[in-house]
Amino acid sequence: MKLPIYMDNNATTALDPRVLEAMMPYLTDKYGNAASRSHAFGWEAEAAVDRARDQIASLIGGSGKEIVFTSGATESINLALKGAASFYHERGRHLITLQTEHKATLDTMKRLERDGCRVTYLPVDKEGLVTPEQVAAAIEPDTILVSIMLANNEVGVVEPIAEIAAAVKAKKKDVLIHCDAVQGVGKIPFNVETSRVDLASLSAHKMYGPKGVGALWVRRKPRVRIDPIIDGGGHERGMRSGTLNVPGIVGFGAAAALCQAEMADEAVRLRALRDRLNEGIMSRLTDVYVNGSMEHRLPGNLNISFAFVEGEGLMMAIKDVAVSSGSACTSASLEPSYVLRALGVGEELAHTSIRFGLGRFNTAEEVDYVVKLVVDKVNRLRDLSPLWEMHQEGVDLKSVSWVAH
Amino acid sequence: MAYSEKVIEHYENPRNVGSMPKDDPNVGTGIVGAPACGDVMKLQLKISDDGIIQDAKFKTFGCGSAIASSSLVTEWVKGMTVDQALTVKNTQIVEELNLPPVKIHCSVLAEDAVKAAIADYKKKRASKES
Repeated sequence: MKLPIYMDNNATTALDPRVLEAMMPYLTDKYGNAASRSHAFGWEAEAAVDRARDQIASLIGGSGKEIVFTSGATESINLALKGAASFYHERGRHLITLQTEHKATLDTMKRLERDGCRVTYLPVDKEGLVTPEQVAAAIEPDTILVSIMLANNEVGVVEPIAEIAAAVKAKKKDVLIHCDAVQGVGKIPFNVETSRVDLASLSAHKMYGPKGVGALWVRRKPRVRIDPIIDGGGHERGMRSGTLNVPGIVGFGAAAALCQAEMADEAVRLRALRDRLNEGIMSRLTDVYVNGSMEHRLPGNLNISFAFVEGEGLMMAIKDVAVSSGSACTSASLEPSYVLRALGVGEELAHTSIRFGLGRFNTAEEVDYVVKLVVDKVNRLRDLSPLWEMHQEGVDLKSVSWVAH
Repeated sequence: MAYSEKVIEHYENPRNVGSMPKDDPNVGTGIVGAPACGDVMKLQLKISDDGIIQDAKFKTFGCGSAIASSSLVTEWVKGMTVDQALTVKNTQIVEELNLPPVKIHCSVLAEDAVKAAIADYKKKRASKES
């Protein structure tokens, strides 16, 4: 076993060596511009890009013709939301999303609000879930779009996207559904037809592909229209100008094909590892809590609050294991995770949360090492924690009047 | 964020971790911060009748910089008079530990913890004398 151990696969994933192998020719000999129509270099690049479109579309049950390549999921989400709000502005100015969405969605929505749209940010329950009825009830006469994530990046909670889309369309047929599918695609089954979504944002580097490449899937039947947010040579059917990142796209396609082939077995393996990690920790420590639904959750995600031990302090103690924390100290804002807050996790527990993201290259041996390390370090830090001491003395920490600073 | 070597050294080998009896008339206890803010420091000083800090103990809930700041300050104040300890400034802690701007509040907390412990000690003395 090699240290450090990477367990932050919700942040990014390693490039699979098989993906790199597929990309290499396009980083070396096959350097043509996919938009060059006049020679073999261009044709070769275009053929490779179209193969990747089909591979990615196949993973989500769509058509290759519906894929628009971007620089990553943040751009895809910006394009979907701003592009639809602009194109359909005469239809309406109201959009709906969740409080637990990624910043790429929330900050784009904030921008749209400044530009005159109205946005409803729906709350979630303590499991992190929204109900289809809740979403349908938020629809107004001028609602044009609902944006719901497939799976949450912090707590891994999987939203009932198909049921939500069905409820929304039943209430108002012309409301578009955008799905930020970044965390879920390649990990759990997701099909744009059975889910009845109209737009879906994807990222290569969350599924063992390269960074710097993403896609927006845009439904063709019935046709969904979006205005571009980047103008130029009219690439990607006018929806996203700019020379295509051919090696990145080839890698994205190869990564999608691997996920499609291996997803079913890999999900079983990851869920077993995740449960081993969870049970290992839970059986050896008291006062630890899982954040978010365990039932509706990505197979590799575990988000735990270790009461009385601050998250960044714990990460420093387990520095040979790469994880992340919802603690304020890891962000510039000094605010703890807004996702955990939306789940009703108190700030004092949000500060103690650690996100473990298991992935394709993690092993049972690594999980066992991490369990032992985490348990040892949590015990050490609790010996150092005045809150643990008070808790042991039977003091109710909520009854203490703290001197906030 | 990368930590300075001094922060790591204090974090891995914290000095003066522990607790002293709160009811001891010669022990002043300062608890500052809040769980909701992500850091709480408990600092205790054992002060002789002639105002010398004989011992210092801490427990801290917080990040590495908060733990290192409290560890450092317990080392510093031991042997000081109460008046000397009151002059310890957070900026000295920042300098010693090379704390980045986002961690300055950790040093402020450590300074406040010393002041709170001394205030508690003085309150105890005053109530004993009255």
